[in-house]
Amino acid sequence: MSEGEKFGEVEIAIVGGGITGASLAWGLSRLGKKVLVLDEGDVAFRASRGNFALIWVQLKGLGFPAYAHWTNWAADAWPGFAQTLSDQTGIDIAFRRSGGLTLALSDDEMEKQAKAWARLREQPDMPACPHERLDHDGIGRLLPDIGPDVVGGFYCPRDGHVNVLRLFAALHRGLALSGVDYRADHRVDAIVPDGTGFRLSGAWGEVGSAKVVLAAGLGNAVLASMIGLTMPVRPVGGHVMVTEKARPFLRYPTTSVRQTDDGGVMIGTSQEERGFDTSVSPAVLSTLAERAIRTFPLLGRLNVVRSWSALRIMTPDGFPIYDRSLRYPGAFGATCHSGVTLAPAHALRLASWIAEDGSSSGLLDVFRGRRFDVPALA
Amino acid sequence: MKTVTAHDLAETYDLVVVGAGPAGLSAAATAADHGVTVLLVDENASIGGQFYRAITTTPVEAPGLLGPDFWKGRPLAQRIAAAPVSYLPKAAVWNIVAPTGPAAGFEIGVSGGGAARVILAHQCILATGALERPFPVPGWTLPGVMTAGAAQTLLKESGLVPSGRTVLVGTGPLVYALAEKLAAAGAPPLAVLDTTIGANWSAALPWLPEFLISRFAVKGLRLLAALRRCTRVISGVSEVALDGTGQGVERIRFRRHGGAEETLAVDYALLHQGVIPNIALSCVAGCSHDWDPLQLCWFPTTDATFQSSVGGLAIAGDGAGIGGAESALIAGEIAAIGAIGRLGFVAADICDGLIAGKRRQWSRSLRGRRFIDHLYQPGRQFRIPANPSTIVCRCEEVTAGQIRRAVVEGGIGPNQVKAFLRSGMGPCQGRLCGQTVTELIAEARGVTPADVGYFHLRPPVKPVTLAELAALKR
Amino acid sequence: MFRRLPDLAVRKAVSFTFDGRSMQGREGDSIAAALLANGIDHVRVHPVSGAPRSPYCLMGVCFECLVTVNGVGNRQACQTELRDAMVIESQRGARAVSDEISQ
Repeated sequence: MSEGEKFGEVEIAIVGGGITGASLAWGLSRLGKKVLVLDEGDVAFRASRGNFALIWVQLKGLGFPAYAHWTNWAADAWPGFAQTLSDQTGIDIAFRRSGGLTLALSDDEMEKQAKAWARLREQPDMPACPHERLDHDGIGRLLPDIGPDVVGGFYCPRDGHVNVLRLFAALHRGLALSGVDYRADHRVDAIVPDGTGFRLSGAWGEVGSAKVVLAAGLGNAVLASMIGLTMPVRPVGGHVMVTEKARPFLRYPTTSVRQTDDGGVMIGTSQEERGFDTSVSPAVLSTLAERAIRTFPLLGRLNVVRSWSALRIMTPDGFPIYDRSLRYPGAFGATCHSGVTLAPAHALRLASWIAEDGSSSGLLDVFRGRRFDVPALA
Repeated sequence: MKTVTAHDLAETYDLVVVGAGPAGLSAAATAADHGVTVLLVDENASIGGQFYRAITTTPVEAPGLLGPDFWKGRPLAQRIAAAPVSYLPKAAVWNIVAPTGPAAGFEIGVSGGGAARVILAHQCILATGALERPFPVPGWTLPGVMTAGAAQTLLKESGLVPSGRTVLVGTGPLVYALAEKLAAAGAPPLAVLDTTIGANWSAALPWLPEFLISRFAVKGLRLLAALRRCTRVISGVSEVALDGTGQGVERIRFRRHGGAEETLAVDYALLHQGVIPNIALSCVAGCSHDWDPLQLCWFPTTDATFQSSVGGLAIAGDGAGIGGAESALIAGEIAAIGAIGRLGFVAADICDGLIAGKRRQWSRSLRGRRFIDHLYQPGRQFRIPANPSTIVCRCEEVTAGQIRRAVVEGGIGPNQVKAFLRSGMGPCQGRLCGQTVTELIAEARGVTPADVGYFHLRPPVKPVTLAELAALKR
Repeated sequence: MFRRLPDLAVRKAVSFTFDGRSMQGREGDSIAAALLANGIDHVRVHPVSGAPRSPYCLMGVCFECLVTVNGVGNRQACQTELRDAMVIESQRGARAVSDEISQ
């Protein structure tokens, strides 16, 4: 079935068409590169369809200041990126840099947050991250519908959110408009370096490309080893629920409850270590529901119309991996679990880095996968 | 039969039957007669499902009006009334989780009267029947445009008929039966706009002899003859659009055999082009489904006892493929015997014997069906809207043109298109657009619906409040 | 509107209001049936486009007949039995959940 498939001349093949792969492809095409995106089909894990859609800066980079800088850079680039994408595609992705909140339902939770902020402030080489500690009344001034169990929380004006499904759609429309060759149902099972480039193959056939970029989410773990990269990612499950549409009543997103521009309230997100299982657990939904109602009691009356369980793409230290293969020049990999927040950084800076063969070093070098290489024990 | 509330439910039942139509009622009664503890859950206020809707409560007492086929439901209603079944009405099943091990049961999420419960069932029979095939034509979302089934429901449940200029639009026995009933009730429709495809006759013809000796034949021919006496039948309708203002539908525009546009001023348009299995629960339970190229719908694959690909979960009646009320009733018995056997209440060899007999009866009940399926297979133009501005997903107001564009932009299947456009994300959870979305994508890609697939459904398949979820025992 | 057939079995009258207007239905009616019998074809405006919508399927599938019942929004009129003294309101766009609480 694949013999007749025509790919044309491929400069860069990107494996994966999720938000990260599409952001990279979008950015590379804007640099004038001829890009092919090989994606899975309609049914795939797709964190892009399952995430919580926050653009979040709060407490990012604890233990990894470079990640705080990277995240802040992305957050600052978001307004321009959103505008460019909307102008190009006509899709309003509802980007809002509204500021965001992490709410505490007990003094203990509040203290944990406060300690984390204190540790973050003490880290050297950190970007400024304005934030404000608020008590119950302070939160109530921003979110009048909180319940009595909310003891306080932290507000950060740099946080925001976006309509992630429209972001996903806009990136794909952007690819179509920029002439990127996007192929769904082209899952890549093998990549073989052939001296001058790479042969990528799957059930659909085979294609050759000068450069290859892995943006295959959880699929990166296996593919990376074929091209001399280390990308030890594992799935971490998370449940999300969405309610029926309601008139706007939540002005700010929080880490666990936010109202979308469509009116639905998203309630998340749990953390489960259960491999690739994406079945929905009613017990987890119930726990999320209880916490959401304690936070905003009026949510109890809303109907839940959808729920899902999706998989985060998690590295051992939780931070992204951006890497280029030393053994096979031209092979790159990108993986993270904040593909929404980091989308502009991927589309603009990471894409340039790949276009320039990874020669502009600096910031990106600290994200290399070899930080996980441990010498084998004797 | 003992009516219960969500609060009274036991923790565990041998068998939970979902749906109190012909298949569900006969399944529940059959199983209960063998000593199995049965919970029958249904959304409506009274038993009967759609075909026998309001069989015990209808105010329409004149026997002629609802017809002898409707009143055949009465013995079934009497049977269930006498059976030791727990009956939970006005309740929605919003989740089914298949057992993870041999000792575990099905976890069934039920919500009724403002309370949600998760109960365990060793066996489960879905008898959730059918829903009317979407009829996506321009203007089908206007007030005053309803399904023919809706008019049937109003007639059976409340003795209501449309008053004003009413047209029936579509194809299939239900259209003609409703027209005849409305006429008999003194509310004859202005016209029946018959969208049956003339070319279907050649495919149907080989099945005509079987049809002629079936129970459908005399009834059907009598009905068609009566129809022409009581209303204007406009055949060969090849295109339909509804126009109206903010207040509702005002006129219907149509063409016959692609000819000049004609219009009729209307107050109500009742649409119908057959029914398709309601697969929401079989999807969420993880059953395998297939595409039926004749009935043009998804159906869960089942074995001789209507057991699905998920062991212990059977699907009886129209939910497993359209056969009508009489065959659903038999299918319910077969599914129940299968479940009884698996529960060990009756020896396997005895069950096998019973099932063999019932299967023969079931096959006979389907005689003539093939002819009907071929003849009334709805036309492509009424399933896959050519007009780009026709709404496909009513909940999120997504049009056919948007879906076609999403396919070009990489939306290879219904789940990716859903992410791009929200089609299928509303409260109906894709029941009214899923079929159309699949067929649209298949046409745009030049592949079959089976290649395209269907929405990946997750709980809750019926809305349930956050408070109900929070109160679940964990 | 829908009209009731003349020779129906006697069912008790049920009084309710719709958008403040007093109306009557019969015992055994769903809210949707009672509204149609009172000439109400248009029960809500759609939250996405603001287009008017009315009951479509009458069997709980389409969620087109959403109304506010006794202060609770987004109730399916076809799946909810009519009860005496019900206060029914048309659903104007998305559910106003914060207003419901203050009622």
